[in-house]
Amino acid sequence: MALLKCSNAAFAYDGHTAVEGLTFSVSSGDYLCIVGENGSGKSTLMKGLLGLKAPSAGSIETGDGLIAAEIGYLPQQTQVQKDFPASVEEVVLSGRAGRPRAAPAGKRNALSAWRPYYGRSDKAIARDNMERLGILPLRHRCYRELSGGQQQRVLLARALCATKSLLLLDEPTAGLDPMATRDLYRLIAEVNAQGLTVIMVSHDIGAAVQYATHILHLQQRQLFFGTTAEYLTSPEGMRFIDRTEFAAEGVEFNV
Amino acid sequence: MFSTLAEMFQYTFLVRAVVVGVLVSLCAALLGVSLVLKRYSMIGDGLSHVGFGSLAIATAMNAAPLAVAVPVVVLAAFLLLRLSENSKIKGDAAIALISTSALAIGVAVISLTTGMNTDVCNYMFGSILAMSKADVALSLILGSSVLVLFALFYHRIFAVTFDENFAKATGIKTGLYNMLIALLTAVTIVLGMRMMGAMLISALVIFPALTSMRVMKKFKSVTICSAVVSVVCFFCGVVLSYLTNMPTGASVVIFNLAVFLGFWAAAKLLPSMKERKTAL
Ligand SMILES: Nc1ncnc2c1ncn2[C@@H]1O[C@H](COP(=O)(O)OP(=O)(O)OP(=O)(O)O)[C@@H](O)[C@H]1O
Ligand SMILES: [Mg+2]
Repeated sequence: MALLKCSNAAFAYDGHTAVEGLTFSVSSGDYLCIVGENGSGKSTLMKGLLGLKAPSAGSIETGDGLIAAEIGYLPQQTQVQKDFPASVEEVVLSGRAGRPRAAPAGKRNALSAWRPYYGRSDKAIARDNMERLGILPLRHRCYRELSGGQQQRVLLARALCATKSLLLLDEPTAGLDPMATRDLYRLIAEVNAQGLTVIMVSHDIGAAVQYATHILHLQQRQLFFGTTAEYLTSPEGMRFIDRTEFAAEGVEFNV
Repeated sequence: MFSTLAEMFQYTFLVRAVVVGVLVSLCAALLGVSLVLKRYSMIGDGLSHVGFGSLAIATAMNAAPLAVAVPVVVLAAFLLLRLSENSKIKGDAAIALISTSALAIGVAVISLTTGMNTDVCNYMFGSILAMSKADVALSLILGSSVLVLFALFYHRIFAVTFDENFAKATGIKTGLYNMLIALLTAVTIVLGMRMMGAMLISALVIFPALTSMRVMKKFKSVTICSAVVSVVCFFCGVVLSYLTNMPTGASVVIFNLAVFLGFWAAAKLLPSMKERKTAL
Protein backbone atom coordinates (compact mmCIF):
# COMPACT_ATOMS: atom_id res chain seq x y z
CA MET A 1 0.00 0.00 0.00
CA ALA A 2 1.14 3.54 -0.72
CA LEU A 3 2.45 5.84 1.98
CA LEU A 4 -0.02 8.55 1.00
CA LYS A 5 -3.00 8.42 -1.29
CA CYS A 6 -5.12 11.37 -2.39
CA SER A 7 -8.45 10.55 -4.02
CA ASN A 8 -10.13 13.44 -5.82
CA ALA A 9 -9.26 15.70 -2.89
CA ALA A 10 -9.96 19.44 -2.84
CA PHE A 11 -9.11 22.23 -0.41
CA ALA A 12 -11.02 25.42 0.18
CA TYR A 13 -10.64 28.61 2.21
CA ASP A 14 -13.97 29.95 3.46
CA GLY A 15 -15.85 28.06 0.77
CA HIS A 16 -13.60 29.24 -2.07
CA THR A 17 -11.85 26.26 -3.60
CA ALA A 18 -8.10 26.83 -3.78
CA VAL A 19 -7.17 23.56 -5.45
CA GLU A 20 -9.18 20.52 -6.57
CA GLY A 21 -9.10 17.23 -8.42
CA LEU A 22 -6.08 15.88 -6.57
CA THR A 23 -5.63 12.20 -7.34
CA PHE A 24 -2.16 10.80 -6.77
CA SER A 25 -0.25 8.48 -4.52
CA VAL A 26 3.21 8.46 -3.00
CA SER A 27 5.06 5.23 -2.26
CA SER A 28 7.82 4.70 0.22
CA GLY A 29 11.14 5.97 -1.19
CA ASP A 30 9.59 8.28 -3.80
CA TYR A 31 10.83 11.82 -4.41
CA LEU A 32 7.79 13.85 -5.45
CA CYS A 33 8.15 17.42 -6.66
CA ILE A 34 5.10 19.68 -6.63
CA VAL A 35 5.36 22.44 -9.22
CA GLY A 36 3.09 25.24 -10.38
CA GLU A 37 2.80 29.00 -10.47
CA ASN A 38 2.26 31.31 -7.50
CA GLY A 39 -1.14 30.76 -5.95
CA SER A 40 -1.67 27.42 -7.68
CA GLY A 41 -2.33 25.67 -4.35
CA LYS A 42 1.00 24.02 -3.55
CA SER A 43 1.31 25.21 0.03
CA THR A 44 -2.36 24.49 0.56
CA LEU A 45 -1.86 20.88 -0.50
CA MET A 46 1.13 20.66 1.85
CA LYS A 47 -1.03 21.76 4.76
CA GLY A 48 -3.50 19.07 3.76
CA LEU A 49 -0.84 16.37 3.66
CA LEU A 50 0.35 17.46 7.11
CA GLY A 51 -3.14 17.24 8.54
CA LEU A 52 -3.19 20.98 9.30
CA LYS A 53 -6.09 21.47 6.89
CA ALA A 54 -8.96 19.09 6.23
CA PRO A 55 -9.93 18.42 2.59
CA SER A 56 -13.22 20.04 1.55
CA ALA A 57 -13.92 17.07 -0.74
CA GLY A 58 -12.37 13.70 -1.47
CA SER A 59 -9.94 12.05 0.90
CA ILE A 60 -6.30 11.70 1.91
CA GLU A 61 -5.32 8.31 3.24
CA THR A 62 -2.07 7.44 4.92
CA GLY A 63 -0.73 3.91 4.86
CA ASP A 64 2.31 1.87 5.74
CA GLY A 65 1.93 2.80 9.39
CA LEU A 66 2.76 6.46 8.72
CA ILE A 67 2.06 8.49 11.82
CA ALA A 68 2.36 12.20 12.41
CA ALA A 69 5.23 11.65 14.81
CA GLU A 70 7.35 10.51 11.87
CA ILE A 71 6.83 13.44 9.51
CA GLY A 72 9.45 16.12 9.06
CA TYR A 73 8.30 19.48 7.72
CA LEU A 74 10.01 22.59 6.44
CA PRO A 75 7.43 25.35 6.08
CA GLN A 76 7.57 28.00 3.34
CA GLN A 77 7.35 30.75 5.91
CA THR A 78 7.66 30.33 9.61
CA GLN A 79 5.83 32.91 11.59
CA VAL A 80 8.47 33.01 14.26
CA GLN A 81 8.38 36.37 15.92
CA LYS A 82 11.26 38.75 15.52
CA ASP A 83 12.11 38.79 19.20
CA PHE A 84 11.80 35.08 20.03
CA PRO A 85 14.70 34.02 22.22
CA ALA A 86 15.89 30.58 21.15
CA SER A 87 19.29 29.09 20.38
CA VAL A 88 19.93 27.07 17.21
CA GLU A 89 20.34 23.97 19.34
CA GLU A 90 17.00 24.48 21.08
CA VAL A 91 15.24 24.91 17.73
CA VAL A 92 16.82 21.82 16.16
CA LEU A 93 16.14 19.68 19.22
CA SER A 94 12.49 20.74 19.20
CA GLY A 95 12.15 18.51 16.12
CA ARG A 96 12.39 15.62 18.57
CA ALA A 97 9.70 16.92 20.94
CA GLY A 98 6.82 15.10 19.29
CA ARG A 99 8.59 11.78 18.98
CA PRO A 100 7.85 8.99 21.39
CA ARG A 101 10.77 7.30 23.08
CA ALA A 102 11.98 4.15 21.35
CA ALA A 103 10.61 1.56 23.75
CA PRO A 104 11.60 -2.10 23.53
CA ALA A 105 9.26 -3.95 21.17
CA GLY A 106 6.26 -5.42 22.92
CA LYS A 107 6.50 -2.97 25.79
CA ARG A 108 5.19 -0.15 23.63
CA ASN A 109 2.33 1.61 25.27
CA ALA A 110 1.45 5.25 25.54
CA LEU A 111 2.94 5.65 28.99
CA SER A 112 6.28 3.97 28.45
CA ALA A 113 6.70 5.86 25.18
CA TRP A 114 6.17 9.24 26.81
CA ARG A 115 9.12 11.06 28.22
CA PRO A 116 9.56 14.58 29.51
CA TYR A 117 13.18 15.16 28.45
CA TYR A 118 15.39 14.58 25.44
CA GLY A 119 17.46 11.46 25.72
CA ARG A 120 21.03 10.90 24.64
CA SER A 121 19.88 9.54 21.26
CA ASP A 122 17.81 12.69 20.61
CA LYS A 123 20.83 14.86 21.28
CA ALA A 124 23.03 12.69 19.06
CA ILE A 125 20.52 12.90 16.20
CA ALA A 126 20.29 16.67 16.57
CA ARG A 127 24.07 16.94 16.56
CA ASP A 128 24.41 14.74 13.46
CA ASN A 129 21.88 16.80 11.56
CA MET A 130 23.50 20.08 12.55
CA GLU A 131 26.82 18.71 11.39
CA ARG A 132 25.31 17.48 8.11
CA LEU A 133 23.97 20.98 7.37
CA GLY A 134 27.08 22.77 8.50
CA ILE A 135 25.43 24.64 11.34
CA LEU A 136 27.19 22.93 14.23
CA PRO A 137 29.41 25.99 14.84
CA LEU A 138 26.25 28.11 15.12
CA ARG A 139 24.55 25.93 17.71
CA HIS A 140 24.83 28.39 20.59
CA ARG A 141 23.85 31.38 18.48
CA CYS A 142 20.50 33.04 18.77
CA TYR A 143 18.14 31.84 16.02
CA ARG A 144 16.66 35.26 15.32
CA GLU A 145 20.09 36.78 14.68
CA LEU A 146 20.98 34.41 11.82
CA SER A 147 20.71 35.22 8.11
CA GLY A 148 17.70 33.95 6.17
CA GLY A 149 19.70 31.15 4.59
CA GLN A 150 21.16 30.05 7.91
CA GLN A 151 17.70 30.04 9.47
CA GLN A 152 16.47 27.88 6.60
CA ARG A 153 19.19 25.33 7.30
CA VAL A 154 18.34 25.31 10.99
CA LEU A 155 14.71 24.57 10.15
CA LEU A 156 15.76 21.80 7.76
CA ALA A 157 17.89 20.25 10.50
CA ARG A 158 14.85 20.38 12.76
CA ALA A 159 12.73 18.70 10.08
CA LEU A 160 15.31 15.94 9.62
CA CYS A 161 15.32 15.39 13.39
CA ALA A 162 11.59 14.80 13.32
CA THR A 163 11.43 12.10 10.68
CA LYS A 164 12.55 8.66 9.66
CA SER A 165 10.05 8.16 6.86
CA LEU A 166 8.58 11.28 5.24
CA LEU A 167 10.07 14.72 4.68
CA LEU A 168 7.86 17.57 3.39
CA LEU A 169 9.60 20.69 2.11
CA ASP A 170 7.92 23.87 0.93
CA GLU A 171 10.44 25.76 -1.23
CA PRO A 172 13.45 24.85 0.86
CA THR A 173 15.90 26.83 -1.27
CA ALA A 174 14.14 30.18 -0.96
CA GLY A 175 16.75 32.69 0.15
CA LEU A 176 19.77 30.43 -0.34
CA ASP A 177 22.74 31.37 -2.53
CA PRO A 178 23.41 29.17 -5.62
CA MET A 179 26.10 27.12 -3.86
CA ALA A 180 23.96 26.51 -0.80
CA THR A 181 21.01 25.68 -3.09
CA ARG A 182 23.02 23.03 -4.93
CA ASP A 183 24.32 21.59 -1.65
CA LEU A 184 20.82 21.45 -0.27
CA TYR A 185 19.42 19.62 -3.33
CA ARG A 186 22.27 17.12 -3.07
CA LEU A 187 21.62 16.62 0.59
CA ILE A 188 17.92 16.02 -0.02
CA ALA A 189 18.76 13.56 -2.80
CA GLU A 190 21.11 11.83 -0.38
CA VAL A 191 18.55 11.40 2.41
CA ASN A 192 16.09 10.23 -0.24
CA ALA A 193 18.61 7.63 -1.41
CA GLN A 194 18.87 6.46 2.19
CA GLY A 195 15.19 5.59 2.09
CA LEU A 196 13.44 8.77 3.22
CA THR A 197 10.38 9.67 1.16
CA VAL A 198 10.55 13.30 0.02
CA ILE A 199 7.72 15.59 -1.06
CA MET A 200 9.01 18.99 -2.11
CA VAL A 201 7.39 22.14 -3.44
CA SER A 202 9.76 23.88 -5.80
CA HIS A 203 9.83 26.74 -8.27
CA ASP A 204 13.07 25.39 -9.66
CA ILE A 205 11.78 23.15 -12.46
CA GLY A 206 15.34 22.28 -13.50
CA ALA A 207 16.14 20.81 -10.09
CA ALA A 208 12.73 19.17 -9.98
CA VAL A 209 13.24 17.16 -13.15
CA GLN A 210 16.85 16.43 -12.22
CA TYR A 211 16.18 14.93 -8.78
CA ALA A 212 12.53 13.94 -8.48
CA THR A 213 11.11 10.54 -9.37
CA HIS A 214 7.57 11.95 -9.69
CA ILE A 215 6.09 15.31 -10.60
CA LEU A 216 2.76 16.79 -9.56
CA HIS A 217 1.81 19.91 -11.52
CA LEU A 218 -0.92 22.11 -10.04
CA GLN A 219 -2.88 25.00 -11.47
CA GLN A 220 -5.79 25.43 -9.03
CA ARG A 221 -6.40 21.81 -10.03
CA GLN A 222 -4.20 18.87 -10.88
CA LEU A 223 -2.72 19.29 -14.38
CA PHE A 224 -0.33 16.37 -14.31
CA PHE A 225 0.79 13.54 -12.09
CA GLY A 226 3.28 10.88 -13.15
CA THR A 227 6.93 9.99 -13.29
CA THR A 228 9.51 12.59 -14.26
CA ALA A 229 10.19 10.83 -17.57
CA GLU A 230 6.49 10.95 -18.47
CA TYR A 231 6.35 14.62 -17.45
CA LEU A 232 9.21 15.60 -19.77
CA THR A 233 7.32 14.24 -22.77
CA SER A 234 3.84 15.38 -21.70
CA PRO A 235 2.31 18.51 -23.27
CA GLU A 236 1.91 20.20 -19.83
CA GLY A 237 5.48 19.48 -18.94
CA MET A 238 6.95 20.69 -22.22
CA ARG A 239 4.90 23.85 -22.11
CA PHE A 240 5.80 24.63 -18.48
CA ILE A 241 9.49 23.93 -18.94
CA ASP A 242 9.62 26.00 -22.11
CA ARG A 243 7.93 28.89 -20.42
CA THR A 244 10.03 28.86 -17.27
CA GLU A 245 13.23 28.57 -19.28
CA PHE A 246 12.12 31.48 -21.42
CA ALA A 247 11.42 33.44 -18.26
CA ALA A 248 14.81 32.54 -16.84
CA GLU A 249 16.51 33.76 -20.01
CA GLY A 250 14.55 36.98 -19.78
CA VAL A 251 15.91 37.48 -16.29
CA GLU A 252 19.43 36.96 -17.53
CA PHE A 253 18.88 39.55 -20.25
CA ASN A 254 17.76 42.10 -17.70
CA VAL A 255 20.83 41.65 -15.54
CA MET B 1 17.84 45.11 57.33
CA PHE B 2 18.35 41.71 58.93
CA SER B 3 16.57 42.76 62.07
CA THR B 4 13.62 43.80 59.90
CA LEU B 5 13.56 40.38 58.27
CA ALA B 6 13.87 38.64 61.63
CA GLU B 7 11.00 40.75 62.94
CA MET B 8 8.85 39.99 59.87
CA PHE B 9 9.32 36.27 60.08
CA GLN B 10 8.23 36.13 63.68
CA TYR B 11 4.71 36.34 62.33
CA THR B 12 3.63 32.96 61.01
CA PHE B 13 1.00 34.51 58.76
CA LEU B 14 3.71 36.52 57.05
CA VAL B 15 5.87 33.45 56.60
CA ARG B 16 2.92 31.64 55.01
CA ALA B 17 2.18 34.60 52.76
CA VAL B 18 5.77 34.78 51.61
CA VAL B 19 5.94 31.04 50.90
CA VAL B 20 2.76 31.15 48.81
CA GLY B 21 3.87 34.35 47.12
CA VAL B 22 7.23 32.94 46.14
CA LEU B 23 5.56 29.86 44.68
CA VAL B 24 3.04 31.94 42.73
CA SER B 25 5.74 34.31 41.45
CA LEU B 26 7.70 31.32 40.22
CA CYS B 27 4.69 29.84 38.39
CA ALA B 28 3.71 33.18 36.91
CA ALA B 29 7.22 33.86 35.63
CA LEU B 30 7.58 30.44 33.98
CA LEU B 31 4.19 30.58 32.27
CA GLY B 32 4.73 34.24 31.43
CA VAL B 33 7.55 33.45 29.02
CA SER B 34 5.25 31.33 26.89
CA LEU B 35 2.27 33.70 27.22
CA VAL B 36 4.26 36.76 26.22
CA LEU B 37 5.85 34.99 23.24
CA LYS B 38 2.51 33.64 22.07
CA ARG B 39 1.06 37.15 22.33
CA TYR B 40 -1.36 35.95 24.99
CA SER B 41 -0.46 38.61 27.57
CA MET B 42 -3.98 39.99 27.40
CA ILE B 43 -5.37 36.67 28.57
CA GLY B 44 -3.63 37.10 31.91
CA ASP B 45 -5.18 40.52 32.29
CA GLY B 46 -8.63 39.28 31.29
CA LEU B 47 -8.43 36.38 33.71
CA SER B 48 -7.55 38.56 36.66
CA HIS B 49 -10.66 40.68 36.05
CA VAL B 50 -12.82 37.58 35.82
CA GLY B 51 -11.15 36.49 39.06
CA PHE B 52 -12.12 39.75 40.69
CA GLY B 53 -15.74 39.31 39.64
CA SER B 54 -15.89 35.78 40.99
CA LEU B 55 -14.25 36.76 44.30
CA ALA B 56 -16.85 39.48 44.74
CA ILE B 57 -19.66 37.00 44.12
CA ALA B 58 -18.06 34.45 46.44
CA THR B 59 -17.87 37.06 49.21
CA ALA B 60 -21.49 38.05 48.66
CA MET B 61 -22.56 34.39 48.90
CA ASN B 62 -20.28 33.78 51.88
CA ALA B 63 -18.57 30.98 49.97
CA ALA B 64 -14.89 30.01 50.12
CA PRO B 65 -13.21 32.45 47.71
CA LEU B 66 -10.77 30.05 46.04
CA ALA B 67 -13.35 27.29 45.63
CA VAL B 68 -15.50 29.64 43.54
CA ALA B 69 -12.78 31.54 41.71
CA VAL B 70 -10.65 28.61 40.54
CA PRO B 71 -13.33 26.86 38.42
CA VAL B 72 -14.79 30.13 37.09
CA VAL B 73 -11.42 31.46 36.00
CA VAL B 74 -10.40 28.12 34.47
CA LEU B 75 -13.58 28.18 32.37
CA ALA B 76 -12.89 31.77 31.40
CA ALA B 77 -9.35 30.79 30.39
CA PHE B 78 -10.62 28.18 27.93
CA LEU B 79 -13.10 30.69 26.53
CA LEU B 80 -10.47 33.41 26.12
CA LEU B 81 -8.10 30.95 24.48
CA ARG B 82 -10.76 30.04 21.94
CA LEU B 83 -11.42 33.71 21.25
CA SER B 84 -7.79 34.61 20.71
CA GLU B 85 -7.15 31.56 18.52
CA ASN B 86 -10.02 32.63 16.31
CA SER B 87 -8.63 35.89 15.04
CA LYS B 88 -11.62 36.50 12.81
CA ILE B 89 -13.83 37.65 15.65
CA LYS B 90 -11.22 40.09 16.89
CA GLY B 91 -9.80 38.21 19.85
CA ASP B 92 -8.39 41.22 21.68
CA ALA B 93 -11.64 43.17 21.53
CA ALA B 94 -13.54 40.12 22.82
CA ILE B 95 -11.11 39.74 25.71
CA ALA B 96 -11.53 43.40 26.61
CA LEU B 97 -15.33 42.94 26.57
CA ILE B 98 -15.20 39.95 28.88
CA SER B 99 -12.73 41.48 31.32
CA THR B 100 -14.51 44.81 31.68
CA SER B 101 -17.87 43.04 32.04
CA ALA B 102 -16.49 40.81 34.79
CA LEU B 103 -15.08 43.87 36.56
CA ALA B 104 -18.41 45.71 36.30
CA ILE B 105 -20.33 42.71 37.65
CA GLY B 106 -17.86 42.40 40.52
CA VAL B 107 -18.15 46.08 41.44
CA ALA B 108 -21.97 45.96 41.14
CA VAL B 109 -22.21 42.91 43.42
CA ILE B 110 -19.93 44.50 46.01
CA SER B 111 -21.74 47.81 46.11
CA LEU B 112 -25.10 46.04 46.48
CA THR B 113 -23.87 43.84 49.34
CA THR B 114 -20.93 44.85 51.51
CA GLY B 115 -20.35 48.24 49.94
CA MET B 116 -16.97 49.64 48.96
CA ASN B 117 -14.70 49.00 51.94
CA THR B 118 -11.04 48.18 52.60
CA ASP B 119 -11.67 44.55 51.57
CA VAL B 120 -12.43 45.80 48.08
CA CYS B 121 -9.27 47.86 48.03
CA ASN B 122 -7.37 44.72 49.02
CA TYR B 123 -8.96 42.74 46.19
CA MET B 124 -7.93 45.39 43.71
CA PHE B 125 -4.39 46.11 44.84
CA GLY B 126 -3.38 43.26 47.10
CA SER B 127 -2.61 42.64 50.73
CA ILE B 128 -0.23 40.29 52.52
CA LEU B 129 -2.87 39.60 55.11
CA ALA B 130 -5.29 38.08 52.61
CA MET B 131 -4.43 34.40 53.06
CA SER B 132 -6.32 32.16 55.47
CA LYS B 133 -4.82 28.87 56.62
CA ALA B 134 -6.98 26.80 54.28
CA ASP B 135 -6.08 29.08 51.37
CA VAL B 136 -2.42 28.56 52.09
CA ALA B 137 -2.76 24.76 52.01
CA LEU B 138 -4.70 24.83 48.73
CA SER B 139 -2.27 27.32 47.23
CA LEU B 140 0.70 25.16 48.09
CA ILE B 141 -0.87 22.08 46.47
CA LEU B 142 -2.01 23.88 43.30
CA GLY B 143 1.16 25.93 43.00
CA SER B 144 3.42 22.89 43.23
CA SER B 145 1.30 21.06 40.64
CA VAL B 146 1.74 23.99 38.26
CA LEU B 147 5.51 23.81 38.75
CA VAL B 148 5.66 20.05 38.27
CA LEU B 149 3.49 20.13 35.13
CA PHE B 150 5.55 22.96 33.67
CA ALA B 151 8.77 21.04 34.29
CA LEU B 152 7.38 17.82 32.77
CA PHE B 153 6.06 19.56 29.65
CA TYR B 154 8.85 22.12 29.25
CA HIS B 155 10.15 20.88 25.90
CA ARG B 156 6.73 20.51 24.36
CA ILE B 157 5.73 23.92 25.64
CA PHE B 158 8.82 25.31 23.89
CA ALA B 159 7.95 23.49 20.64
CA VAL B 160 4.35 24.73 20.69
CA THR B 161 5.41 28.27 21.57
CA PHE B 162 8.12 28.46 18.92
CA ASP B 163 6.23 27.03 15.94
CA GLU B 164 2.73 25.74 16.50
CA ASN B 165 2.23 24.47 12.94
CA PHE B 166 5.41 22.42 12.97
CA ALA B 167 4.59 21.02 16.38
CA LYS B 168 1.13 20.02 15.20
CA ALA B 169 2.44 18.45 11.99
CA THR B 170 4.96 16.37 13.92
CA GLY B 171 2.39 14.87 16.21
CA ILE B 172 2.26 17.17 19.23
CA LYS B 173 -1.28 17.77 20.40
CA THR B 174 -1.01 21.54 20.28
CA GLY B 175 -4.61 22.17 21.31
CA LEU B 176 -3.99 20.17 24.48
CA TYR B 177 -0.84 22.13 25.32
CA ASN B 178 -2.53 25.47 24.70
CA MET B 179 -5.24 24.36 27.10
CA LEU B 180 -2.64 23.23 29.61
CA ILE B 181 -0.96 26.64 29.47
CA ALA B 182 -4.33 28.38 29.88
CA LEU B 183 -5.27 26.10 32.78
CA LEU B 184 -2.00 26.62 34.63
CA THR B 185 -2.22 30.37 34.04
CA ALA B 186 -5.76 30.49 35.41
CA VAL B 187 -4.78 28.64 38.57
CA THR B 188 -1.70 30.81 39.09
CA ILE B 189 -3.65 34.02 38.64
CA VAL B 190 -6.36 33.05 41.11
CA LEU B 191 -3.79 32.00 43.69
CA GLY B 192 -1.79 35.20 43.39
CA MET B 193 -4.70 37.54 42.97
CA ARG B 194 -5.52 38.36 46.55
CA MET B 195 -1.97 39.00 47.55
CA MET B 196 -1.11 40.95 44.38
CA GLY B 197 -4.52 42.42 43.64
CA ALA B 198 -6.75 41.87 40.63
CA MET B 199 -5.48 45.00 38.91
CA LEU B 200 -1.82 44.10 39.29
CA ILE B 201 -1.48 40.31 39.13
CA SER B 202 -0.97 40.25 35.37
CA ALA B 203 2.24 42.25 35.89
CA LEU B 204 3.62 39.18 37.66
CA VAL B 205 3.07 37.22 34.46
CA ILE B 206 4.35 39.78 31.97
CA PHE B 207 7.19 41.70 33.63
CA PRO B 208 9.72 38.94 34.40
CA ALA B 209 9.54 37.50 30.86
CA LEU B 210 9.92 40.90 29.20
CA THR B 211 12.73 41.80 31.57
CA SER B 212 14.78 38.68 30.83
CA MET B 213 14.16 38.97 27.09
CA ARG B 214 16.11 42.25 27.13
CA VAL B 215 19.40 40.41 27.70
CA MET B 216 18.89 36.65 27.39
CA LYS B 217 18.81 34.96 24.01
CA LYS B 218 18.01 31.35 24.77
CA PHE B 219 14.59 30.10 25.78
CA LYS B 220 16.10 28.25 28.71
CA SER B 221 18.04 31.22 30.05
CA VAL B 222 15.02 33.48 29.59
CA THR B 223 12.95 31.00 31.60
CA ILE B 224 15.48 30.69 34.41
CA CYS B 225 16.20 34.41 34.52
CA SER B 226 12.45 35.19 34.68
CA ALA B 227 12.04 32.85 37.61
CA VAL B 228 14.91 34.46 39.53
CA VAL B 229 13.82 38.02 38.74
CA SER B 230 10.24 37.26 39.72
CA VAL B 231 11.10 35.69 43.08
CA VAL B 232 13.61 38.39 44.00
CA CYS B 233 11.19 41.19 43.10
CA PHE B 234 8.40 39.54 45.04
CA PHE B 235 10.54 39.20 48.11
CA CYS B 236 11.75 42.81 48.01
CA GLY B 237 8.19 43.94 47.34
CA VAL B 238 6.84 42.14 50.39
CA VAL B 239 9.47 43.66 52.64
CA LEU B 240 8.70 47.14 51.28
CA SER B 241 5.00 46.50 51.73
CA TYR B 242 5.59 45.43 55.35
CA LEU B 243 7.70 48.49 56.11
CA THR B 244 5.49 51.09 54.46
CA ASN B 245 1.99 49.56 54.62
CA MET B 246 1.83 49.90 50.85
CA PRO B 247 -0.44 47.36 49.08
CA THR B 248 1.74 44.33 48.27
CA GLY B 249 0.80 44.31 44.60
CA ALA B 250 1.96 47.88 44.11
CA SER B 251 5.31 47.41 45.81
CA VAL B 252 6.06 44.16 43.91
CA VAL B 253 5.19 45.78 40.57
CA ILE B 254 7.41 48.77 41.39
CA PHE B 255 10.37 46.46 41.96
CA ASN B 256 9.57 44.63 38.72
CA LEU B 257 9.49 47.93 36.86
CA ALA B 258 12.83 48.97 38.34
CA VAL B 259 14.51 45.70 37.33
CA PHE B 260 12.97 45.92 33.86
CA LEU B 261 14.39 49.40 33.37
CA GLY B 262 17.74 48.20 34.66
CA PHE B 263 17.88 45.30 32.20
CA TRP B 264 16.69 47.50 29.38
CA ALA B 265 19.40 50.06 30.08
CA ALA B 266 22.01 47.32 30.38
CA ALA B 267 21.06 45.92 26.96
CA LYS B 268 21.21 49.39 25.41
CA LEU B 269 24.33 50.66 27.11
CA LEU B 270 26.55 47.61 26.97
CA PRO B 271 27.18 47.06 23.24
CA SER B 272 29.35 44.06 24.11
CA MET B 273 26.15 42.31 25.16
CA LYS B 274 24.80 42.69 21.67
CA GLU B 275 27.94 41.66 19.87
CA ARG B 276 28.63 38.54 21.86
CA LYS B 277 28.99 35.65 19.50
CA THR B 278 27.45 33.04 21.75
CA ALA B 279 24.06 33.63 23.20
CA LEU B 280 23.37 33.16 26.86
N1 LIG C 1 -4.98 31.45 4.77
C1 LIG C 1 -5.61 31.65 3.60
N2 LIG C 1 -6.84 32.19 3.57
C2 LIG C 1 -7.50 32.39 2.41
N3 LIG C 1 -7.01 32.06 1.21
C3 LIG C 1 -5.78 31.52 1.15
C4 LIG C 1 -5.00 31.28 2.34
N4 LIG C 1 -3.83 30.72 2.00
C5 LIG C 1 -3.86 30.62 0.66
N5 LIG C 1 -5.02 31.09 0.15
C6 LIG C 1 -5.39 31.11 -1.28
O1 LIG C 1 -5.30 29.80 -1.79
C7 LIG C 1 -4.68 29.84 -3.07
C8 LIG C 1 -3.49 28.91 -3.11
O2 LIG C 1 -2.51 29.39 -2.22
P1 LIG C 1 -1.17 28.61 -1.90
O3 LIG C 1 -0.50 29.29 -0.75
O4 LIG C 1 -1.47 27.17 -1.75
O5 LIG C 1 -0.34 28.85 -3.24
P2 LIG C 1 1.12 28.35 -3.62
O6 LIG C 1 0.98 27.46 -4.77
O7 LIG C 1 1.82 27.81 -2.41
O8 LIG C 1 1.82 29.72 -4.07
P3 LIG C 1 3.33 30.21 -3.89
O9 LIG C 1 4.09 29.66 -5.04
O10 LIG C 1 3.23 31.69 -3.98
O11 LIG C 1 3.82 29.74 -2.58
C9 LIG C 1 -4.33 31.29 -3.36
O12 LIG C 1 -5.30 31.80 -4.24
C10 LIG C 1 -4.42 31.97 -2.04
O13 LIG C 1 -4.91 33.28 -2.18
MG1 LIG D 1 3.41 28.32 -1.30
